[in-house]
Amino acid sequence: MRAMILKEFHELRRDRRTVAMLVVMPIVMLVIFGYAANFSVSSLRTAVVGPDADVLSVAMKVGAPLTSLSPGMGGTPLTTDEQAATDALWNLFDVVRTDVSVSGADAQALVRDNVADVVFDTSTTPTTAYVDGSALFAAQRADAALGRMGTLVDIQILYNPDLKTSWVMVPALIGLVLAFIGTIVTSIGLVRERAAGTLEQLAVMPLRPVDVVLGKIVPYLVITTVEMAIITALGVTIFGVPFRGNVAVFALGALLFLGVVLGIGVLVSTVSQTPAQAIQLAIMVTLPQVLLSGFIFPLEAITEAIRWIGYCLPMTYFVQISQGVMLRGAGIESLWLPFTVLAGMAVVIVTAAVLRFRRTLAGGRS
Amino acid sequence: MTWGVEGLVVRLGATRAVDGVDLVAEPGRVVAVVGGDGAGKTTLLRALVGGVRPTAGQVRAPERCRTGFMPTAAGVWRDLTVDQNIDFVAAAYGVTGPLLDRRRAALFEVTGLGAARSRLGSQLSGGMRQKLAFGLATLHRPELLVLDEPTTGVDPLSRGDLWRMISRSAYDGAAVVLSTTYLDEAERAAHVLVLADGRPLLAGTPTEVVRATPGTVVRLDGEMPGITTWRRGHERHGWLPPDGPAGTSTDSGQGVAGVLPTKVEPDLEDAVIAASLAREAVDA
Repeated sequence: MRAMILKEFHELRRDRRTVAMLVVMPIVMLVIFGYAANFSVSSLRTAVVGPDADVLSVAMKVGAPLTSLSPGMGGTPLTTDEQAATDALWNLFDVVRTDVSVSGADAQALVRDNVADVVFDTSTTPTTAYVDGSALFAAQRADAALGRMGTLVDIQILYNPDLKTSWVMVPALIGLVLAFIGTIVTSIGLVRERAAGTLEQLAVMPLRPVDVVLGKIVPYLVITTVEMAIITALGVTIFGVPFRGNVAVFALGALLFLGVVLGIGVLVSTVSQTPAQAIQLAIMVTLPQVLLSGFIFPLEAITEAIRWIGYCLPMTYFVQISQGVMLRGAGIESLWLPFTVLAGMAVVIVTAAVLRFRRTLAGGRS
Repeated sequence: MTWGVEGLVVRLGATRAVDGVDLVAEPGRVVAVVGGDGAGKTTLLRALVGGVRPTAGQVRAPERCRTGFMPTAAGVWRDLTVDQNIDFVAAAYGVTGPLLDRRRAALFEVTGLGAARSRLGSQLSGGMRQKLAFGLATLHRPELLVLDEPTTGVDPLSRGDLWRMISRSAYDGAAVVLSTTYLDEAERAAHVLVLADGRPLLAGTPTEVVRATPGTVVRLDGEMPGITTWRRGHERHGWLPPDGPAGTSTDSGQGVAGVLPTKVEPDLEDAVIAASLAREAVDA
């Protein structure tokens, strides 16, 4: 297996186009997605907490005057136009939790653990609205809406106070680079062998299939891990993106995600005859992950049928993990869902990839 | 110990690529598998080295670490240097240390590849690449050496070198099975197996194969209706089936342009072409 890995590195070094892709693509992506476009959302998951939470929650539902934010202030009757505007404003906040027992730091924890995008804490005067800055699009919308409430509410944008696009893009970008490099370069490495006719030779040499598969995958695992570290470092230094969470939690998520994308790369290679075919197919499976994983277009804004495609993509879950860990410092307890899904995907896809690849080796031409 | 296949059938998709073939490979002997494109040569050889599963029949081959295989137009990693190619294959077969040094030196001596040891596989000439591929396939001195068209697309001088290397391997005790489209090369083999459409057409020593030529091979000075002809050097040869072609006979002797067919002693190439034509006539 050591011989396979060495050989793969030697070959990779000579393949100028692949090396160029390894170096240039992350830089291009970092530049492009570091300054990506903004989109808005129409509803915000909102939690209302504190002693007067039930009052405010009901007020929101019924479209009471804005003065409800400060109980006891009373209010003058509103004009019809003002009432319509108020209704529209309240409609934006979709209350998912009302809890009179939570306030202060625990209210912020609700944001950290991604329970809600906005948390109204009525324990302060005026009411504090904590906004999740790591959910960029939601935060922008919330910021605008809350701004119209003037002095009645104190807006606190957490985790991304300046609502910088780059802060949410860099964690997602790490996933994007892993997906592209993992899928495309891995598939090229295997297909190159097939196109050159040397796969036939590997198949009859006294190498165990698992040595061949691992010998092919390990070099790319090493390369993508290094690339990931570099992009993370660049994001932190150039764009000032914080890394608040636990590195080990982040690494575990990245490893699971890498397993999935490398497995997809191997699967792509088993159904491709030439490097060109492999690249086409790899791009076909990677592009939806860019568009539908929720980091360019917010998942909540996508039509429901298409949104389910997003839920089937590994990138969706890696983006949740990377943004959660880096920006919000979220722990593994609050990220159990994306971790579980990614782990499941990794097991299924890696098993399928190894089985298919073994068949390609044993069964001759496909 | 002899190796080979018995009653081998390999189905690839809907086609029977190999259909009832026997082959015996003995130490010290070169077996040549001959046939046109799509005759089943490659599939037969791949089945012999375990690269493709037989549908029916027996394959007797040594373990993988004692088998050497050189695939068609490949066998060399193009993005690796000559030395890196040798290192990789040596590691896979467990050839290390002083033994590897000796084998590498021997290979460089025979092939002259030593001067190009840091050149990439893709930068080697066709002949050099085939010699390196042969060297890689024999680095571990296999008991069974299987070569798929080792000399195709190689200049005559390099072909001579390759044949010297092949003969040397057989002399050292390897059982060699190779495929070729060059019939003059097949004449150097101890045993010839001619395939057509996956089925055996002729088999035996080159002399036996020639002796078994069906019908009559004649020399013609021009075209003759009803007779398929082929060019041999400056001559043109034709084939007459045992029972005479329809509408003509050897006795009438008169061609359209007054050409007279003269019976010639067939060589291996004539024999193979005659046998193919006879098979076509039967199948039609």
